[in-house]
Amino acid sequence: MPSPAGVHATVERAARESYGRLLAFLSARSRDIAAAEDALGDAFGSALSTWPENGIPDRPEAWLLTAARRKLIDAARRREVRALSAPALLLAAEEAEARAAEPSGLVDERLKLLFISAHPEIDAAIRTPLMLQTVLRLDAGRIASVFCVSPAAMARRLTRAKDRIRMQHIPFEVPSADELAPRLDAVLEAIYAAYGCGWDAVAGANPTPNGLTEEAIYLGRLIVKLLPDEPEAHGLLALMLHCEARRAARRSPGGAYVPLAEQDWALWSSALAEEAEKELALAAREGRMGRFQLEAAIQSVHAHRAVTGKTDWDAVALLYEGLVRLAPTVGALVGRAAAVGEAVGAEAGLALLRDLPEASIMAYQSYWALAAHLFSRLGRADEAADAYQRAIGLCDDPAMRAFLIRKAEDLASA
Amino acid sequence: MQYALLYYHSLDEFTARDDPEKRRAFWAAFVPYMKALQDAGIVVGGAGLQKPATATSLRPDNSGQHVQDGPFADTKEQLAGFFLIDVPDMDTALKWAARYPAPPGCGVEVRPCLPPADRDAMLKMATAGNG
Repeated sequence: MPSPAGVHATVERAARESYGRLLAFLSARSRDIAAAEDALGDAFGSALSTWPENGIPDRPEAWLLTAARRKLIDAARRREVRALSAPALLLAAEEAEARAAEPSGLVDERLKLLFISAHPEIDAAIRTPLMLQTVLRLDAGRIASVFCVSPAAMARRLTRAKDRIRMQHIPFEVPSADELAPRLDAVLEAIYAAYGCGWDAVAGANPTPNGLTEEAIYLGRLIVKLLPDEPEAHGLLALMLHCEARRAARRSPGGAYVPLAEQDWALWSSALAEEAEKELALAAREGRMGRFQLEAAIQSVHAHRAVTGKTDWDAVALLYEGLVRLAPTVGALVGRAAAVGEAVGAEAGLALLRDLPEASIMAYQSYWALAAHLFSRLGRADEAADAYQRAIGLCDDPAMRAFLIRKAEDLASA
Repeated sequence: MQYALLYYHSLDEFTARDDPEKRRAFWAAFVPYMKALQDAGIVVGGAGLQKPATATSLRPDNSGQHVQDGPFADTKEQLAGFFLIDVPDMDTALKWAARYPAPPGCGVEVRPCLPPADRDAMLKMATAGNG
């Protein structure tokens, strides 16, 4: 028998899935995401409170619609709140009801929500929050905490983005083949931002997976399901799954940070790693290399340590070489320096770090964590100590900070 | 735009200042944080404060000055220090607040300062009233 927590998680997933599908359907027709959210919000709440007891209904979308209908009719009748979109919304709801009653059920239009959330007209910083809220109904407060933004500001920005979609007539559609690639990149980047980041190669590097890994992987699986022939979508999912596979090993039982090189691979999830490898194989089938596939391949090499007992740093360095050509982000450049530092030597790694423009690295915590590590290996204690101080000062994760302080103290007492 | 980063500590944390081991652990994290703020060139001012018990508070009213020992408000967390920083926006100010190595039960409040234009206007109003 499943545990109550297990039941709750299943119900919540089902409710979110139906909610996202319905929101996509209603807002694509009414063009008013906020009004569709209003209409479905209470229905989603009652689903969460009644489904655990009564079971998930056979037609969850139809259930939610029935629960939402009174609110829609009221809104249309009162013509007070969002009077303009209420009739369109009601019409869409009737259509949804008819479709949901058919054996094939409601078509899944969540892909349109993903593309509109990451539309070029939408500010890049709000794309991930918009996706999380529309597709998964995450509340603005939780999103704000994860991205370290004021909750009121986050709510305001979300509202502004939805207004923009409505007023600017940004189309609810999946881009045509000739513009799909760049548009998909933006969607994948926004999903990856929900995951956080996986620069595991740098010991003590700050950008680690954030609190939304589960949601990000959900979105990753969704986009792979809806666009099965896109190699980069498979690549992104593989990347997140590989990082996720190491979650349990990343902290000691006492909560201390454990760098990748010191992780006990017996704690890595082989099921997630295998799923990641399958995704990578599906991506390779298309024969179109891309940034996320390369990043996933790097993680795949790390995962291989569970088989061979050692890390093939030459392979990691080579893959980073390819990655910085495709996407020379400061994260990738620091990752490459870390890999070269292992494959060739600390001196070579430092040389790559020195080439990075000062403005891009002054407040980049990973850079200083890596510099500290490399200086320390070369016995350049003063420079290492200075770099550790900078890495500690820029760190916003307590476990990571404690790790760096311990390293710095070890260095001082050596 | 200027923001005040107001660091609030629990009373336990103020007591922990007397424990050399805990004090050392706090400074090992705080000194690099302070240095990072300074290296970023955004610090306008700031100070660490002594224990709340060292404070004296004044509440003037019609009957005169009421002076009492202790902090102004008797809350669970008390102001332990502050930085005044100059950064482009609240998002950036929050990033710096998030880097603060907060001891358990402690935290940071970020408050935007009145913009200089408002201060100038108030100053003008005050001088106009005097003249």
